[in-house]
Amino acid sequence: MTIAPGLKLFFYEAGDISRFTARFFKQWFKPRYEVAEFLRQCFVIGYKSFPLVGLTAFIMGLVLTMQLRPSMVDYGVESQLPAIVGIAIIREIGTVITALIFAGKIGSSIGAELGSMKVTEQIDAMEVSGTNPFKYLVVTRVLAATLMLPVLVILGDAISLYGSYLGVNIKSTTSFNLFWTQVFDNLSFTDVLPAFIKSYFFGFAVGIIGCYKGYNSSKGTEGVGRSANSAVVVSSVMIFVIDLLAVQVTDALGLN
Amino acid sequence: MTEAINRRTDQYYQSAEEKVLMVHHLYKSFGNNNVLVDFDLELTKGESVVVLGKSGSGKSVLIKCIIGLLKPDKGSIEMFGKNIPDLNADELDKVRAKVGFLFQSNALYDSMTVRQNLEFPLRRHWIEVSQAEVNTMLMQALEDVGLAHTIDMMPAELSGGMRKRIALARTLILKPEIILYDEPTTGLDPITGKEIIELMVEIRQKYNTTSLIISHDMNCVKMASNRVVILVDGCCYANGTFDELKQNTDPKVKQFFE
Repeated sequence: MTIAPGLKLFFYEAGDISRFTARFFKQWFKPRYEVAEFLRQCFVIGYKSFPLVGLTAFIMGLVLTMQLRPSMVDYGVESQLPAIVGIAIIREIGTVITALIFAGKIGSSIGAELGSMKVTEQIDAMEVSGTNPFKYLVVTRVLAATLMLPVLVILGDAISLYGSYLGVNIKSTTSFNLFWTQVFDNLSFTDVLPAFIKSYFFGFAVGIIGCYKGYNSSKGTEGVGRSANSAVVVSSVMIFVIDLLAVQVTDALGLN
Repeated sequence: MTEAINRRTDQYYQSAEEKVLMVHHLYKSFGNNNVLVDFDLELTKGESVVVLGKSGSGKSVLIKCIIGLLKPDKGSIEMFGKNIPDLNADELDKVRAKVGFLFQSNALYDSMTVRQNLEFPLRRHWIEVSQAEVNTMLMQALEDVGLAHTIDMMPAELSGGMRKRIALARTLILKPEIILYDEPTTGLDPITGKEIIELMVEIRQKYNTTSLIISHDMNCVKMASNRVVILVDGCCYANGTFDELKQNTDPKVKQFFE
């Protein structure tokens, strides 16, 4: 029996990514701890992504509210608009859209940065300069991406709901207090927790795939572009795969 | 095995202190491609040896095995009494602190200023120096390459020749005993290339460093070498001074001088 070359390549890559991930966990606990570089990466990956995440979250909340409104009016449940939008954003849309924006911005930048460092021998230069490049470049970036995405998701959800509040007030009048009361009255712990937990996995996937693609970049500048591109594509697909698995797990645990 | 080699090397050091690098019976292959086959090389203190070979002949593989970026399949590389392939990461770092490496592509960190590029090896090798001493060392290294005014510039703002000089300053910052040059004149115009070679000679004379230069630039070979090693088919094919090898009638040697 022969395996199609594409499928073979897929399994090879999956094996390589697994090995790369195992190397990350092996190196993570070992000293020397790159605290300064980790904090710098938190600033670059978290703080500098906030304007883009905030803008897209705001638009998403506003548009979602405006799109849902006509149907809600038809069914005579317009007053439930804040609750419906709140649940949709917190449980699913806010987390997934923020993760996808994050994959586009951070996945590509990590892939391109490490890829260009690889092809211009900067990673070798680091090793010669008494630095473990895997710890300095990969561990710090993956940890920063894992820890910063949940923070961005929380902030993005809040901004998105504020956009929704403005959307509700375009064609009717709802007070700020009433809007937020309606949102939170209909939310439970089981809505917030699974979404928050899966955002850590999304962040980890974006970080590890961006680093893997960049760290294994080859074939000069063409390879750098390919690394950046495939980092975004693979991490975006991984976000949906993790989302699919997460919904099965939460369902099995009775959290849905 | 390691202890035996190190003991043997220590004894050798006592008898012949001037030997700073010894490569014996080195083999390295990638799949079916045998890049280095029973390669031998010895460097004495203060010497400048050029390894000459065609593109793809394994020159860069050799220099990367020496600095420990690649692990050879077989053979020994002894530097400062240690066998490089047997060292762990910490031991390797200690040896690397005494060895400068000038990369073919310069390998300056794009996201850092010239100052940060030069400070990087100092900070990473845990060398305990005050900020004032760091500044003095930085200025000394930059003055050696004639680019003190670029200290706060980014690598992207520098020309090709200036980048090469900054990369050289970065290797000098730790006052290395051996400097490994990987194709130091590649990508430079002949005039800038000549300036870089003159700088390399000047640095060797000033600091009495030992140089191992990988090149296929005959101008570099002529100006910078005390001795030339010709790498053909993965092994040391010929060995001698530039003038001796120029007179050699062997076709494989002659082709480099035509």
